[in-house]
Amino acid sequence: MNAIIKSLGVNEATVPPAREPQPYWNPYLAGLGLGLVLLAAYVIMGRGLGASGAFSTLIAFGADAVAPAHTRVNEFYTEYLGDRTKNPLMDWLVFEMIGVFVGGFFSGTLAGRIKFTTEKGPHISVRGRLLYAFLGGGLMGIGAKLARGCTSGQALTGGAVLNLGSWAFMMMVFGGGYAMAYFMRRQWQ
Amino acid sequence: MSAPFYKFGLFGDNVSLIIAFVIGIGFGFFLERAGFGTARKLAAQFYLTDLTVFKVMFTAIVTAMVGLFYLSRIGFVDLSLVYLTPTYFLPQVVGGLILGAGFVIGGYCPGTSAVAAATGRIDGMVYLGGIIAGIFVFGEAFPLVSNFYTSTSMGRVTLPEFFHLSYGLVVFLLILMAIGGFAGATWVEKTMAAKKGGGKE
Repeated sequence: MNAIIKSLGVNEATVPPAREPQPYWNPYLAGLGLGLVLLAAYVIMGRGLGASGAFSTLIAFGADAVAPAHTRVNEFYTEYLGDRTKNPLMDWLVFEMIGVFVGGFFSGTLAGRIKFTTEKGPHISVRGRLLYAFLGGGLMGIGAKLARGCTSGQALTGGAVLNLGSWAFMMMVFGGGYAMAYFMRRQWQ
Repeated sequence: MSAPFYKFGLFGDNVSLIIAFVIGIGFGFFLERAGFGTARKLAAQFYLTDLTVFKVMFTAIVTAMVGLFYLSRIGFVDLSLVYLTPTYFLPQVVGGLILGAGFVIGGYCPGTSAVAAATGRIDGMVYLGGIIAGIFVFGEAFPLVSNFYTSTSMGRVTLPEFFHLSYGLVVFLLILMAIGGFAGATWVEKTMAAKKGGGKE
């Protein structure tokens, strides 16, 4: 399958991006799998999934290596650095996120979906798309820290245990997305 | 009661990191299977042409929610030992809005951008860079926002506690809501596809 696609590589630029080597799973089946992973995390560990927290640990670790006097007085960094008796990178979310990269790569490989490309709508340049990706990522980072979690750590994880703040957060994520969608339509449609 | 296993001391911190890695693999695998490694599929949620994000997310939430409900009911899982992020209402509402805007501008959320980057998507890698920059900015600005960050604190509170409803009833209502939502989402997708002259994708 991959060989066939590669042999067609010359036409890659002209082929519409909708060409998918293997169809995605049925959303309910993928959701069931995701839900069972989340349930397993709760039953085994007593905690749910997460993503942004791992990046916070990385940043706190990096900032601490460069300017330890500075991070010592900042409560945000100290929370992720712990009591300094052990390496902050030996952290549950950091290891979980390494797994996410591996699991994503594994699934993508099996489905023949590994490809160096930029995902974008037809009416935007690659440069423009990457600029928006960076900007969106930046807002995501700020929003996730303010909310104490992202779509994984708050919406999904807190949603399943009926956490009040997580449900309020989830509604606002969809609200913010739909409110902004009109202004971003040139990027996607 | 014998779960959460970690809380009952069935294994230590080192083993917990291996478990984290394995659970992460499952997490990344199913995100990629759902198609969440591509920004176009994720962003389509906000243009109503493909509501996979909603369907996957709510199926996952309902699955874990129902599982936890029954496992706690039969006395297997002690829910009081399960971590619950404390509610800080306003920062979480404002954070959610900012995050939602970032979702449609950048096309990913943190977990999905990791999967996108792992499958070669350059926009996913750049997005990860954006997240790191954003968190750094937040960390540096933390002394300025810490008052707001800790405002409207409500502690550890769940929907059943807040609305004075039974746990089982809230679970039941959310299942109904999800089923209704799935039916509605499929109808919206069909309507949008018809509007575009059947040209889905």
